[in-house]
Amino acid sequence: MTRKRVVVTGLGATTPLGANVPESWSALLAGKSGVALLSDEWVADLPVKFAARVSQDPSEVIEKAHLRRLDRSESFALIASREAWKDAGEPAVEKERLGVVIASGIGGVTTLLEQYDILKSKGARLVSPHTVPMLMPNGPAAHVGLELQAKAGVHTPVSACASGAEAVGYALQMIRNNRADVVVCGGVEAAIHQLPMAGFASMKALSTRNDAPDKASRPYDLDRDGFVLGEGGGVLVLEEYEYAKARGAKIYCELIGVGLTSDGYHIAAPDPDGSGVVRALNFAMQDAEAQVSDVVHLNAHATSTPAGDIAEANALAKALGNHVDQVAVSATKSMTGHLLGGAGAIESIFAALAIKERMAPPTINIDNLDPQVVVDVVKDKPRALPKGDIIALNDSFGFGGHNVVLVFASI
Amino acid sequence: MAYTQEEVLSGVREIVVEIAGISGDKVSMDKKFTDDLEVDSLSMVEVVVAAEEKFGVKIPDEEVTKMATVGDAVNYIVAHS
Repeated sequence: MTRKRVVVTGLGATTPLGANVPESWSALLAGKSGVALLSDEWVADLPVKFAARVSQDPSEVIEKAHLRRLDRSESFALIASREAWKDAGEPAVEKERLGVVIASGIGGVTTLLEQYDILKSKGARLVSPHTVPMLMPNGPAAHVGLELQAKAGVHTPVSACASGAEAVGYALQMIRNNRADVVVCGGVEAAIHQLPMAGFASMKALSTRNDAPDKASRPYDLDRDGFVLGEGGGVLVLEEYEYAKARGAKIYCELIGVGLTSDGYHIAAPDPDGSGVVRALNFAMQDAEAQVSDVVHLNAHATSTPAGDIAEANALAKALGNHVDQVAVSATKSMTGHLLGGAGAIESIFAALAIKERMAPPTINIDNLDPQVVVDVVKDKPRALPKGDIIALNDSFGFGGHNVVLVFASI
Repeated sequence: MAYTQEEVLSGVREIVVEIAGISGDKVSMDKKFTDDLEVDSLSMVEVVVAAEEKFGVKIPDEEVTKMATVGDAVNYIVAHS
């Protein structure tokens, strides 16, 4: 039996660049930054006073009574999945053949901390009965699954900043394994709160460029000093190819492979050797049964940390060999900030659109390209991608040493 | 202090509107919390805590399980406030 093919038929997102996919994509191509100073009072105590908030607050589109029982990350999941589902033309799939895989890096951390404040100040009686369903990391997937009445399985991979990409890879396997015809997948994160920010700041992981927040996320630039925390989420509708074709679905591209490895090196630092990333990329290309010579674009993990960007670039150069010069590399976190568990999902959306529109988004804020960066970075302006059969990759890595590479192809 | 049935109904109506997000004119004595007002078991906990705060009463868990309708809750609060 030949392996089932999987295509992308719907996209949805709520990001620091826009309230939906078209807005986010056009801001991305225009090189806009979604990063700004935070107005929250608590930033006074923190060394980092900026982040990338979503451009549209969930309260603008979800009614107040519903929001009372949703963590912010859950509301992002509902907003993005509603757009993706509509974009896919609301396929009339049997509920038993519909799956949901939505990741989160940290889960409902805002709810956890806010309810802890209530517990301490007002007592146990006033802790919300919605606390547990709001803070559980599978909450976003569960809410989307309930809304769509998905019955093939609802899942939540948790692998820090690789979570969103891992969710897309898991969804691919669900369809290949004949568990589902359609899977709604992606990742979300809502961790712009004083404790996670203080924690990341204590690790020296965050940029402290408080005097110029929109210049703070600068992957590959010599003066990069850490990542910028972002929030939001992205959702893709994946579909078995014959099923999509039969219903006349609009198809963005095909998802042809996934590669997953782990470093076994350090809880937070990237393996400078990059072998975990090289193996993930090699596995992904083998899984895709594709040639590296067809790869024209890569949406990089590139978070703007001094060590991470170089380790990744070195690994890519090893895995892609001489072909590395032919791959247009975009670091879209320069504009969106780092959405943690949502990153791999929105970046998969950007990779899918890059194929469909034949356009690689730019990387902003590179005033002086770090000479150690050995990949071909798309700077400042978008770059046209070639005609014909093309492949785009999205790689994501997470604290814990998780590596995920996804392979998208034109169709 | 004692409250009239009308006062309590008005207070409970405000609470249910806030928590369930439905229109206030739907909240009358004969309406069932779960079937008519979209107040599930989790939201019922919120309604009870808010009502306890508002009217200075304590509603024991075993009484909450008996409160199917708005009228059940209102009558209990009137009798115990």
